[in-house]
Amino acid sequence: MSQQQLISQLNTITGGHARGSQADLLAYSYDGTPGFQAMPDAVVSPGTTEEVSQIVKFCRTEGIPIVPRGSGTNLSAGTTPTAGGVVLLFNRMNDILEVDEENLTVKVQPGVITKDLIDTVEARGLFYPPDPSSMKISTIGGNISENSGGLRGLKYGVTKDYVLGLEAVMPDGSIIKTGGKLAKDVAGYDLTKLLTGAEGTLGIVTEATLKLIPMPAAKKTMLAQFSTMEQAAEAVSAIIANRIIPATLEFMDRATIRAVEDFAKVGLPLEAEAILLIEQDGAEAAVIDEMQLMKEICETHGAFSVELAKTAEEANNLMTARRSALSALARLKPTTILEDATVPRSKVAEMVEAIAKIAAKHDVTICTFGHAGDGNLHPTCITDARDKEEMHRVEEAFEEIFKEAIRLGGTITGEHGVGEMKAPYLEWKLGKSGVNVMRMIKQALDPDHIMNPNKIFGKSEKKRVVVGR
Amino acid sequence: MTIEQAFTERMDEGELMNCMRCGFCLPSCPTYIQTGGDEVHSPRGRIALMKAVHDGIIPVTDEMTNSLDVCLGCRACEPVCPAGVQYGQLLEEARSIIQDYKKPSLKEKIVRKTVLNELFPKNEQMNRAVGLVRFYQTSGLQKGIRKIGFLKLFPESMREMEQVLPAIPKKVQSDRRRLLATGEKKATVAFFQGCLMDTMFQGTNQNTIRLLQSAGCDIVIPEDQGCCGALHGHAGEKNKAVDMAKRNIEAFETMEADYIVMNAGGCGAFLAGYDHLLSQDEQWRERAGRFKAKIRDFSSILIQHGFDKRIHFKKKPHRVTFQDSCHLRNGMGVCNEPRELIRMVEGADYVEMKNADGCCGSAGVYNLVQPKMSMQILDDKMENVMEVEPGVIVTANPGCLLQMKLGIERAGLGRQIEAVHLADYLMDE
Repeated sequence: MSQQQLISQLNTITGGHARGSQADLLAYSYDGTPGFQAMPDAVVSPGTTEEVSQIVKFCRTEGIPIVPRGSGTNLSAGTTPTAGGVVLLFNRMNDILEVDEENLTVKVQPGVITKDLIDTVEARGLFYPPDPSSMKISTIGGNISENSGGLRGLKYGVTKDYVLGLEAVMPDGSIIKTGGKLAKDVAGYDLTKLLTGAEGTLGIVTEATLKLIPMPAAKKTMLAQFSTMEQAAEAVSAIIANRIIPATLEFMDRATIRAVEDFAKVGLPLEAEAILLIEQDGAEAAVIDEMQLMKEICETHGAFSVELAKTAEEANNLMTARRSALSALARLKPTTILEDATVPRSKVAEMVEAIAKIAAKHDVTICTFGHAGDGNLHPTCITDARDKEEMHRVEEAFEEIFKEAIRLGGTITGEHGVGEMKAPYLEWKLGKSGVNVMRMIKQALDPDHIMNPNKIFGKSEKKRVVVGR
Repeated sequence: MTIEQAFTERMDEGELMNCMRCGFCLPSCPTYIQTGGDEVHSPRGRIALMKAVHDGIIPVTDEMTNSLDVCLGCRACEPVCPAGVQYGQLLEEARSIIQDYKKPSLKEKIVRKTVLNELFPKNEQMNRAVGLVRFYQTSGLQKGIRKIGFLKLFPESMREMEQVLPAIPKKVQSDRRRLLATGEKKATVAFFQGCLMDTMFQGTNQNTIRLLQSAGCDIVIPEDQGCCGALHGHAGEKNKAVDMAKRNIEAFETMEADYIVMNAGGCGAFLAGYDHLLSQDEQWRERAGRFKAKIRDFSSILIQHGFDKRIHFKKKPHRVTFQDSCHLRNGMGVCNEPRELIRMVEGADYVEMKNADGCCGSAGVYNLVQPKMSMQILDDKMENVMEVEPGVIVTANPGCLLQMKLGIERAGLGRQIEAVHLADYLMDE
């Protein structure tokens, strides 16, 4: 099949919403992951679930890979079309279909921007907690497929904790509906959870019913400054050990603080070695009590300054600044490679120390920030992709960080997904038999390996039909 | 050398690599929004295209150059970029390379030749052209031409633009090159006149100067100054822009002023970028740096010198909103000062409109060469305007001013809403 035939077929299905100029293909050849880029053969924007189904059926017959893509903010090369094929967009399927205030649910199409969803439900006094740092850009479809976390994960959980039901197109083109507006539902396997976080390898989410909760009455934010990273990390463990679960408990080291402040100019303390950004919400009296208690814990562990944000605007600015951390680090060097190794939260201090040691051993610069409260750190190496020798050392350092995370009872990825980037390390976490079960699921649902190939399991051995150019 | 080799050689590789593709720019980009989220028409996509050509992955194609042509150059992506990528600089270099190699369409050629080569570099020509517009408006020719439908031969946006051109004041030849502060002197400022501001909007320049005097500024107006070169730089005519930059630096550096001040965001941001424009030129680099350090918008100077304590403005009660000038906001980082000044006016009910910081679609000659996208953006803008129902829209740049006038005309709101420049808003009764 020629590329022209492919596009013409996709145009027939979607009424003219397929494209394939070199500029189009290049613009969808990457996502937010450094070092990965590959040209697809076509880009298509279906408008309905039925069109998605027809595209899948057609691609299956022809053996053409499909890569579902939201806004392309993926950080594990999950939406990079490394096997070519069709990049499937949801920019025409981006409506909030229903906010059900009686059942506290919202029904959305996958192309809805996360922040738009959050704003819409908050205007009605409802709360959708998952808030990945890219929420102004990312889509709900992408969040579901990656099971995205965010800054509020510690107290409120991650995307999967809010997905009640899905409509999805399976790799054979059939359309299924899972779950629903139900608090309880044990009718068979939990396919909702299976598709959530499947990174588009088992099917394509075309509609979702999400759980909402009431908006907390009060919210307070504070900033604690420390003169060593270890002190800050110990304060994190102490807060949790004192039976307090804050909504947000974020960590930033000195280099990150400086890069973020350089961009956001919100008055972050440049003299601190580490800061904790702490937010608590709930009933007002409880929030005030717990913030006071956390302040004391921080001070006991060596914080030289702990200050409450004076206004909602100041609090919001601090959180927004934190969300820019990864990209702000790109100010320092041309290439930023970040990981999201995650450990049990009691091990955060140990992990922070290990990262520092590993960085020194391999002579690389690693800045660390992240969701300290849930053990999800983002050690980020700033480097230059053109320096092959240093890139090699970076790789070695990250391998060691993964090993250390697993040794401490952690995982290779907390919220960014395996994608293609971390596929080589999946077995470290799951073991051979664990990976094998996953492969069997993949094989059963997508025997032709057309759904986002190469992701999670790495390069497939299967010889595929390549679209001729 | 092929155009692709020129990309490899001339594009700043480090700057291209600084884009780490996080996508934080996407929601800020007017053309990404207007195209329903087309990555080709996003800052991240455009940088990826430039880098792909630089890296030899793709050749320069029509679709690639179209992606850059459709860019407004509003630079809304810059302040939201955590990595601090200098998108505007990348865009200008890429456009300059394409300009060196590509044959533009006939229509583009005509616009370029008349606007960039004839009108803007030469103040006399600009005087004459704007003089002709005045003749056209006052001689009865305008009425006659409108009657016989001659303008139907031009694109819609240009026809509409003809209707909203302000009544041109008779050119006043002023030899006064030095004006004194009212009251206690706080600073000496050199005034940058700008081409459009000095001709079509002379009254605005006079008002700006009066405001600066009231704020305690002695004013000098260098005689040899010329066009800032922004339109040329944005359109890929880098060499012409360089010539103009040198001329202006020479004209201003002898003035020994504390600041170089203007009232057009588009000019200001370009003047403030002279250091980058001349960064390859060892003889000029430092002079450009000193020049850049003095660039201020008049609104910043008014606020900085405690203008509010010196003057009290009073108007009839009215509702007013502000449309940011992209280059004032994104290029010079000035957005609070104009709003503060408006709020100082007694009788002003200031209401912020949605997306006030989004481009209005004027963007230099963009509304002439990309009329469709420009009008799409403008019509969306007018919907936001209508939500706040202002009597006045204040702007801070001549292009934005004309575009907002055009928007008002298109929306049929000529009786309800007036678009004015900030200086005129403050000074006029």
